[in-house]
Amino acid sequence: MSEGEFLLVAVLAVPALGALAVAATPRDRAARIVGTVAAALTLVAAVALVGGRATGWSAYVPPDAAGAVRPWHTVDRPWVPGLDLRFHLGVDGISWPLLVLTALLTLLCCGYTLWRVPGGGDGRALVALLLVVEVGILGTFLALDLVLFFLFFEVVLLPMYAIIVGWGGDGTDPASHDARRRAGRKFALYTLFGSVLLLVGVYVVVAAAGTADIVALTGGTELSRTTQLVAFTLLALAFAVKSPLWPLHSWLPDAHTQAPTVGSVLLAGVLLKMGTYGLIRVAVAVAPEGARWAAPVLGVLAVAAILVGSLVCLAQTELKRLIAYSSVGHMGFVLLGVATLTATGIQAALIGNVAHGIITGLLFFLAGAIKDRAHTGELSELSGLRETAPRLSGLLAFAAVASLGLPGLAGFWGEAFAVVAAVESGGALWTTLAVLAAIGGALTAAYLLRLLRRVTHGEPTPVVAALGPGLAGAELVAWVPLVLLALAVGLAPTLVLGVAEAPVEALVGVLR
Amino acid sequence: MSDSSLVQAVDHVALLPAYLAAGTAVLVLLVDLLVARPLATVVTAATGAVATAVGAAVVGSGAERRTFCVGPDCSYVFGGRAALVAALVALLVLGVLALSGPLLRAGNTPVGEYCFLLACSMTGGVVLGAAGDLITLIVAVEVLTLPLYVLVGLRRGSLASAEAAVTFFVVSVVATTLTLLGAALLYAVTGGLHLERLGTLLADEALLDLPLTTVAVTLVVAGLAFKVAAVPFHAWAPATYDGAPLPVAAYLSTASKLGGVIALLAVVRHALPSEVTGPLLAVVAALTMTVGNLVALRQRRTVRLLAWSSVAQAGYILAPLGALALTADADARTAAYAAALAYAVFFVLLELAAFAGVVALRPAGADGGSLDDLRGAARRHPWVGAGLAFALIGLAGLPPGLAGLFAKVTVVRSLLGGGAGWLALVVAINAVIGLAYYLRAAALLYAPAGEVTAPAVRPARAVAVALAVATVVALAVGFAPQIVLDLVGS
Repeated sequence: MSEGEFLLVAVLAVPALGALAVAATPRDRAARIVGTVAAALTLVAAVALVGGRATGWSAYVPPDAAGAVRPWHTVDRPWVPGLDLRFHLGVDGISWPLLVLTALLTLLCCGYTLWRVPGGGDGRALVALLLVVEVGILGTFLALDLVLFFLFFEVVLLPMYAIIVGWGGDGTDPASHDARRRAGRKFALYTLFGSVLLLVGVYVVVAAAGTADIVALTGGTELSRTTQLVAFTLLALAFAVKSPLWPLHSWLPDAHTQAPTVGSVLLAGVLLKMGTYGLIRVAVAVAPEGARWAAPVLGVLAVAAILVGSLVCLAQTELKRLIAYSSVGHMGFVLLGVATLTATGIQAALIGNVAHGIITGLLFFLAGAIKDRAHTGELSELSGLRETAPRLSGLLAFAAVASLGLPGLAGFWGEAFAVVAAVESGGALWTTLAVLAAIGGALTAAYLLRLLRRVTHGEPTPVVAALGPGLAGAELVAWVPLVLLALAVGLAPTLVLGVAEAPVEALVGVLR
Repeated sequence: MSDSSLVQAVDHVALLPAYLAAGTAVLVLLVDLLVARPLATVVTAATGAVATAVGAAVVGSGAERRTFCVGPDCSYVFGGRAALVAALVALLVLGVLALSGPLLRAGNTPVGEYCFLLACSMTGGVVLGAAGDLITLIVAVEVLTLPLYVLVGLRRGSLASAEAAVTFFVVSVVATTLTLLGAALLYAVTGGLHLERLGTLLADEALLDLPLTTVAVTLVVAGLAFKVAAVPFHAWAPATYDGAPLPVAAYLSTASKLGGVIALLAVVRHALPSEVTGPLLAVVAALTMTVGNLVALRQRRTVRLLAWSSVAQAGYILAPLGALALTADADARTAAYAAALAYAVFFVLLELAAFAGVVALRPAGADGGSLDDLRGAARRHPWVGAGLAFALIGLAGLPPGLAGLFAKVTVVRSLLGGGAGWLALVVAINAVIGLAYYLRAAALLYAPAGEVTAPAVRPARAVAVALAVATVVALAVGFAPQIVLDLVGS
């Protein structure tokens, strides 16, 4: 087993074994420490994957080189030959930034849980579930076998449900319990609906091509046009539920409002990325003909998501709900980038993915901190945070400004280049979409500034007046990496784009 | 062995598993009469079940054995798949015996009769997989079912139990009559009874066009559909399961259902023309899973929920057969049968675990009770609760219940391989509906207990062991489903 293979297996095995170890550790605090250590080791393994690859940081590989997917490292072992399932993992420039983001956010969440366990259940089980969620997400990003991809896609569902229902909401009264059970069930049923469509789509492809190997299938050369249209429709629907794309998004605000802080962070930060990543890696790559056919529809829906998301945000009165709806808009930009099917668009989608993961993760941490302190998320009851908690309010302002896409911060690149890619695609439709998306960007700025005006400025309400200015050390430790990353990716987008350039060129090469 | 010979050579090795099963029944009766100690009776029955399973495995590991032959047609064909069915039925009987511990100890049930009837039923199940003609098949199904009429009604002093037994009896007799009538008509049309011979005879276009053939085939399939509780012949199942003692309900929804599936597979695979049965079974499968899942959503009683879910599961089992009419390809057909059988194997395993979990969490000898009786149970009994939750999640087909997930994957794969995409979508949508109630039941186990505190019950050891074994096996085949796929494909 080479070093690369070892790292790939370690990225999945460490959190999985970590979850078992956490469950087996009798003492609550010790268990949480074990979990945090496992998450840290996972991050190390994930970062180390970048070493030992054949190409340089931003080397250009001609698109006619063999294979459209050239993973840096792979593991390929048979698992269930009767179901065309192989244990085939691989990492390349498209998946690596997301892997690192996932490992980082999980570590921050586990570390945060060391400090504060949301009410409702014991911290041990929560950390174990966080690690299981991490296994599912990392597996999805690593899988190079369609059936394995589906399998990991499903792994995430129930642990996330358990996190929402078990540790979500605030208060232990029956009404709150019912609310989070409803939110959790809505999340589970919507996402399962997506996954079963994915299952059918996967086997449509496998039945037609006779293989489930994503490397071999990329380019869709072996599939007939009809198969590609059917497969793309099913797969795109599946990923649209997960992303979520308007109008399949209605599970998201409820799930976020009820989920505990760490659940929200993972949910928004990386869980949604499984949908957009799947769209690029699976749907577009395997059925490019179908993608070209459906691209205008996808583009229109993406822009609708941007506009609807921003308009709904303008009318929101609850902090977490507002941030949740803002995700709908941001993911709309990502999907618009994918829908253009150009190198610029897909690059924009990838960096948009990462940026949204960093910024929204931070926003949910901050919203959670505000709700934990004030015990309310109603904007009307929160104002004047600047007066009593200047540091918290400053961080919130930073995150909001990053989220609205200020140049120099991470959020800018994805949204700007999605619009640029749409303009470059030419034609009346794409130009209109680009203009509408740009208007959506302006609306994004409007609602985030409204949020800031309502929460940080003005006279302190009685709730806010009672707050202390201090921040816990654990909170700073959880937030600072995200703040720095938002700056770093904003100033040097090549951190993400450099590694992604070659694989995206190769992918776009087979799309033509 | 020539056609002129009047004395048939009988291959007793092939019959060994059947002898073992029947011998168990006789021995149990004798032990009950002569020793008259409940423990000895139960141990005899359990040992017999193990011996039957081992015998079936040993005989099945060799080459296929045929006996009771007339020319090329044989009434008893014991191959790898028959061995799998026989061993599975015997092990399910063993599991149900373990679940029966609290019931038998409660003293309301005659131990000797209970074990004897169970062993008789096992004999039917063992022969069923090897049946090579319609008569043997129907007799085997009846031997499997007949003891159950009594077992369902065994709960003394329970009106529900008696009602359940009568419902079950009436419906089952009607079903048998239908199957027999169908078999007789088939004989009238073709002059054959052996499954493989019927298959070759019915390949004839002229024969197939006769309206009588269609009627005969429909009757046979409908009669067997009663046994697996497929819609529209499902109404007996929930009432019967709920009225029966819990272990008997477990037997009904595992071994008995498996028997029905095997019988249906046997006639559809060998005898009946897939042009007729394919569309019929596709519609039955789609209806069965949809109706089962939708009604299960509204259930408030544990066993009724499991009963309706088991109706829905029968739909998933039948689904691969629905693609038959569309594929002329022999390989795809074999794959479809294998998929149906594989699903059935995964399903009985998880269903047994689910029933074991319910039995463990209920007071000795009690019925399934309402779902609210299980509220917070996993907080009182973490291991048993986790086992039950695992089984429910597996039935829903989600990780960590990988066995159930792979079962669904097998079905969807075979449907898409056979070109029945619409049925695959129906299966997919039904999986979502199914999750709604499985999740509700599983979440209830972990819900805060609230003001209603059920009496703390210590799960019986035998039940806990059955649950543990079923869970471990389900986990193992979840990680290595190829084992099951190889077994059903042999």
